[in-house]
Amino acid sequence: MTVKVWLENAINDAERRGLTGMRPLLEALARSTSALRTADWNFDATGEDHEQKAPDAR
Amino acid sequence: MPADTRTITGLARALMTREVTAEAVTAQCLDRIAERNPSVNAFIAVLVDQARAQARDADREIAAGRYRGPLHGVPISFKDLIDVRGTPTTAASKVREGHVADADATLVARLREAGAVFIGKTNLHEFAFGTTNEESAFGPVHHPLDPTRSPGGSSGGSAASVLDGMCYASIGTDTGGSIRIPSAACGLVGLKPALGEIPTAGIVPLSGTMDHAGPLCLSVDDAEIVYDALRGAGPSPTRKASAPRGLKIGVLRGYFTALLDPQVASAFESLCDRLRDAGVILEDLDVPHASDIAAVYLHIVLVEAAALHARTLENRAADYTPPVHLRLEMGRYILGEDYARALRGRDVLRCEVDALFASHDGVLLPSLAVPATTLGAATVRVGTSEEPVRNITLRLTQLFNLTGHPAITMPCGKTIEGLPIGAQLVGPGNDTPALLQLARTLEPYFGPGISG
Repeated sequence: MTVKVWLENAINDAERRGLTGMRPLLEALARSTSALRTADWNFDATGEDHEQKAPDAR
Repeated sequence: MPADTRTITGLARALMTREVTAEAVTAQCLDRIAERNPSVNAFIAVLVDQARAQARDADREIAAGRYRGPLHGVPISFKDLIDVRGTPTTAASKVREGHVADADATLVARLREAGAVFIGKTNLHEFAFGTTNEESAFGPVHHPLDPTRSPGGSSGGSAASVLDGMCYASIGTDTGGSIRIPSAACGLVGLKPALGEIPTAGIVPLSGTMDHAGPLCLSVDDAEIVYDALRGAGPSPTRKASAPRGLKIGVLRGYFTALLDPQVASAFESLCDRLRDAGVILEDLDVPHASDIAAVYLHIVLVEAAALHARTLENRAADYTPPVHLRLEMGRYILGEDYARALRGRDVLRCEVDALFASHDGVLLPSLAVPATTLGAATVRVGTSEEPVRNITLRLTQLFNLTGHPAITMPCGKTIEGLPIGAQLVGPGNDTPALLQLARTLEPYFGPGISG
């Protein structure tokens, strides 16, 4: 799941559950998750060296 | 009262020789609490009767020649996240209403055995999930030196209780910096021992893989006295500071000094100058993946905290303060694959921190990037940028919760407004005693603490 899709789902779910105020927190978390996913120590199943990817590449 | 009884070390000497009584010292602390707690709000519960009874027992035992050691008769407080049998453990939350601990936490039992006097339970950021102490069912803690400011958190009541002379030490917990942040903000010595060294049984958890417990106090010697009792060891043999000349210390740069309040930066560089003048060899170092620290930490702490609170998030959600409630909910949205990535990142960071000690006796960095923050502020100005308070306060401490290395903060200066500034020493692997010896050697060069 890309970070973009994850964020849309999370915001929709939080709003459905009445968690007002979650949107900016989830947006900040999404930025952090993007950073986590693009770190160069992540494992790549292809065995290729990790390349710097756009935040929403996965 | 003998002159040098502000520290545990000095008080213990006076208690052992019966120059002072535990009952008198305890009464003095209780008087101070009565005077100051209404404005500082450091304590959630003051254990008046229990403390007086423990003090009388201590005096009786010492008079009978049954001296237990340097904590015998010494008043200490506990962050109200730690079980003391027969008393509520509130975690500063309505969620815990009605709870009464039926047994001591392991570390409390050890301090009871050491003869310490339990003066009270201190206020904290709700469930230790914050760094300012503002979100508490019992109201915010106010910094004793400036009531408009936070003492830091989450062990903010603990720090305020020691700074304000209400007790001689406090036991706090540290999952991202919650001992070291308030210690730095309040000009105290705060020790986070190595991960797993101090048992956390009987402590309300926040993050099962990053929770630590340790002391907030006034000196390195005091920290070692409490640390020895917490780990269930007998008192260490009296150690003296060794000569600093030739010690090799790595100074963390890059990420760790890139975002500092100018007065914190200046105090830290002055400390480095004093250490160099004393013959300490300082070498600049960096952690290659330091820029990943915050993301790795966030994805672990949020998930682990959400798991621990899953049941009460379902059936007691309204009993949390709204910000803590939302923070806990965030963890429920993190994907398993991202938690796994964060665990991998933690391993990488641990290896990189381990490597720092291959050729250095210790590592030095500031403890807190800004002085005590203003209560109610969501952001704080750091140089030219406006930073979220939570991010900036965790920035320099959370790495060592991820890696488990022991770390100690000591006061190293003050702002022009008189607010304390702290710096951290970090030690290798699981060797907290080695870190304490290094800290003792360098303590005189850090500068005066709150009593100076």
